[in-house]
Amino acid sequence: MLSILIWLPIIAGIAVLLLNKYSCVKWLGLGAAVVTFILSLLLLLFFNSADPTMQLIERTSWIDAVGIRVDYFLGIDGIALPLLLLNTFITLFALGSGWTITKEPAQFFAAFLFMEGIVNGVFVAQDAMLFYIFFEAMLIPLFLVIGVWGGPNRVYATIKFFLYTFLGSVFFFISLIFLYQHANGSFAFQDLYQHQVTKDAQVLIFFAFLLAFGIKIPMWPVHTWLPDAHVEAPTAGSVILAAITLKVGGYAILRFVLPLLSEAVVSYYWIPMVMSLIAILYVGFVALVQTDMKKLIAYSSIAHMGFVTLGLFMVHWLINSANDTFLPLVALQGAMIQMVSHGFISAAMFLCIGVLYDRMHTREIKAYGGVINRMPWFAMFFVFFAMANSALPGTSGFVGEFLVVTSTLAWGMSVALAASLTLVIGAAYNLWLVKRVVFGDISNAEVDKIHDINTREWLMLGGLAIAVLVLGLWPAPLVDLMNASLNELVQSIRFTVEVKGQGVL
Amino acid sequence: MLNGIGNALPEIFLLIAALTVLLADLFLRKHSRILAYMMTQAALLAGAFLVYGNFAEGTARQLMGDMYLHDYLSGLIKLVALLLSCMIVVYGRKYWSNHHETPGEFYVLVLFTVLGMMLMVSTTHMVMMYLGLELMSLSLYALTSLLRDDGRATEAAMKYFILGAISSGLLLYGMSILYGLTGSLEVLTMAEVVGHELDIQAYLVPLLLALVFLLSGLSFKLGIVPFHMWMPDVYQGSPTAVTALISSIPKLATVVVVVRLLIEGLGTITAEWAQVLMVLGILSVILGNLVALVQMNFKRMLAYSAIGHMGFVFLGFSTQTADGNSAAIFYTIVYTVMSVGSFGVLILLGHMGIDAETLHDLKGLNKRSPWFALVMLLIMFSMAGIPPLAGFYSKLLVIGAVLQTGFVSLAIVMVLMSVIGAFYYLRAIKMMYFDEPQDTTPLKFDVEFGVTLTLNGAWVVVIGLFPQLLMTACVKALDAKHLL
Repeated sequence: MLSILIWLPIIAGIAVLLLNKYSCVKWLGLGAAVVTFILSLLLLLFFNSADPTMQLIERTSWIDAVGIRVDYFLGIDGIALPLLLLNTFITLFALGSGWTITKEPAQFFAAFLFMEGIVNGVFVAQDAMLFYIFFEAMLIPLFLVIGVWGGPNRVYATIKFFLYTFLGSVFFFISLIFLYQHANGSFAFQDLYQHQVTKDAQVLIFFAFLLAFGIKIPMWPVHTWLPDAHVEAPTAGSVILAAITLKVGGYAILRFVLPLLSEAVVSYYWIPMVMSLIAILYVGFVALVQTDMKKLIAYSSIAHMGFVTLGLFMVHWLINSANDTFLPLVALQGAMIQMVSHGFISAAMFLCIGVLYDRMHTREIKAYGGVINRMPWFAMFFVFFAMANSALPGTSGFVGEFLVVTSTLAWGMSVALAASLTLVIGAAYNLWLVKRVVFGDISNAEVDKIHDINTREWLMLGGLAIAVLVLGLWPAPLVDLMNASLNELVQSIRFTVEVKGQGVL
Repeated sequence: MLNGIGNALPEIFLLIAALTVLLADLFLRKHSRILAYMMTQAALLAGAFLVYGNFAEGTARQLMGDMYLHDYLSGLIKLVALLLSCMIVVYGRKYWSNHHETPGEFYVLVLFTVLGMMLMVSTTHMVMMYLGLELMSLSLYALTSLLRDDGRATEAAMKYFILGAISSGLLLYGMSILYGLTGSLEVLTMAEVVGHELDIQAYLVPLLLALVFLLSGLSFKLGIVPFHMWMPDVYQGSPTAVTALISSIPKLATVVVVVRLLIEGLGTITAEWAQVLMVLGILSVILGNLVALVQMNFKRMLAYSAIGHMGFVFLGFSTQTADGNSAAIFYTIVYTVMSVGSFGVLILLGHMGIDAETLHDLKGLNKRSPWFALVMLLIMFSMAGIPPLAGFYSKLLVIGAVLQTGFVSLAIVMVLMSVIGAFYYLRAIKMMYFDEPQDTTPLKFDVEFGVTLTLNGAWVVVIGLFPQLLMTACVKALDAKHLL
């Protein structure tokens, strides 16, 4: 079942490449993505959300030679399933937004189908080396998407993106081999969890992982590749980049850093916490002064992902010092919901900018103004998503940030206050963006000529708006889906922290 | 004496085939030269078939006294080399037709190169090893100068010949000192003497002298820093088809000689040479990758990248674990296939007597031929070590072996250099995919060229998805019971 979710899109991608002469390839690609999405929904039927362990396991020996043993080991739990669903869902929108691409459409669709399969692989891999292989393979399609279909400065952006993320992940790679040798020659997550390494090694691995996943998420100060990549990427590329690949970093922290490196996190949790707070505050201000819409949303993505890392890295402290039974779970739930919600909202924001860009061929904010007069439907969606992006209660953006801020209260009023300042900053840059782009009088003659969104764009924005609203008003199903697994994670962290009994701080 | 000569059938067959092609070529008119090509191809394929049919699954055996060795390692390497030369001959025909030439010598010399290489790998006797090496090298010198009216090719041939002759001399001198010390030219007897009878402490200086000469000679052949100077010029100057040959066959053969001389022969005094390999290896990785960054000539860039890759191979051997040795063999095989493929793409891009050799020639390949752009993309990403392609596993195995022996800082340098190396492979991909073509003449190639190049690229993916296939073969090749 899980294998199908990986290989169906990839095989469909190959088919699309081979049939590039026929005009039906777009439909073939979209059809494959729809089938994959439906199959991933079917997972919900087979998935028992009360069971915290890995389910739907597939395991066969894949490589076992020259001192390296890697299993083709797939499984899914409540942490991976929401992100997998997010991926199969968002891919539909990425393909939809690429519908009007004229340059090598078959290769474009194939790249996104490969991407979908690979990311599914990342979320279901239960063997660390298999995870790494998918994690790295993601770079290939994204590199091409930004480089081939990107903007004028695309070469710089895509090479920067590739080398930046590759640099981070090679340290991840070395750490993995070290952990593998420590776990008596097994890359399987469950074996890695059982063989905790010494504290000194944990600290080194912690910083290696922080670099690798910090770049992927991205965290301040290694975020600089993201604005460049976003600005140059085509709309569909931005959607996937913001909605999916950033989540891979958060997911990797949940899978590797939190359960594996408890002792190191207990001592050094404050470093990523401070980085997250800087991301939330400082990068928020940076977003405020952007003149390019995509750059603005890119910076706001970094600020929102700051909440994810804030929630994730607080868990150990909450368990170790605050001694609260419920808050660690709240922090994790907050981070997870924030990831899913940011997937919807950032995808929607980039789609909106794509809609404008398709008509005006510029992303400069000052070229716009008074768009509402010509595109009322679009204005409705844009304002709605901007509100969601500034975490208006009732939208999905609010739920995650609220939960994370709630759990930071235990750490200190000042931190909670600092984190919640983002509500003000976020509102500032989003509303100001809306004011300058959508409202006001038409100052640019070009804006006067544009027409409102068509059915395809309506469907895409409408679909995401429903997702944002549903998750905002009724997050309970998502929480139920992941609660058992998150609780299990909290219990296992509590166990290692208490067994080691090293109360630091 | 001739007992078991049947096991040497591939070599005997190839010798007869080479002589037949040589003779036949004399009588062939220009338009029927294709016959020489077909005979060569048939000979190489039949040779591969013979090697495969007579694969040494069991323990290794010495035949004809101790002149010929029939073992798994030699079988594996010969099979890879024969199949690679089939590819190179296909690329070579296209290359020469670009130049409107049909040199029959090319095919004959390729056959002799492969024959020399086969003799070199299937023996533990140093005289045979040296004879094989010289047969291979002399054929390669001649091949390099096949473009008689090209100044750079002549220069490359000259350099290659002089430096190659010096390195052969160094190797021979090292061998002769070893002979003086141990009284044997046969590696296994020599190992016996070094391991048990020789008083290492008393003869340390001559032994080290021998090692220095051996290592210098072998490093020359592999292009390891600081013996790499000939590589860029020879890679760039040689006809591209010959560069593909230089980048694959001698590397495979020399790596086997490293196994024979150092691991089998001097395996008991590992401490004396493993550190040297480590230092030379890491220097090659650093220099190769850094200098390749600034090369705009694609052949030159591949030469420096080859230096870096061979550094990885040396680092694999330097661990002196069974895993490290197998990793080095795996690395060499994967590298040679990728390298032949990338030269194949360059040959595809040449036309009307003008060779494609700068990065700019790759521009817009995706527009001209999406299929071969994809092949090149796969090879480049594989060389950069991005999963799930074959090159990733070769790096994984070597770095795993290095970490296993506890050299964490070494592993960190290796991965950092891989990141730096990724840049110039990405630049090649950028030229193919992101830039507009400068030259829009349609690419001309025949079916077998297309199929061969596709297979070459597909191999990278197949080994990427099922690396186990090749890995087990490499483990078996270095398994103690297969090595005597």
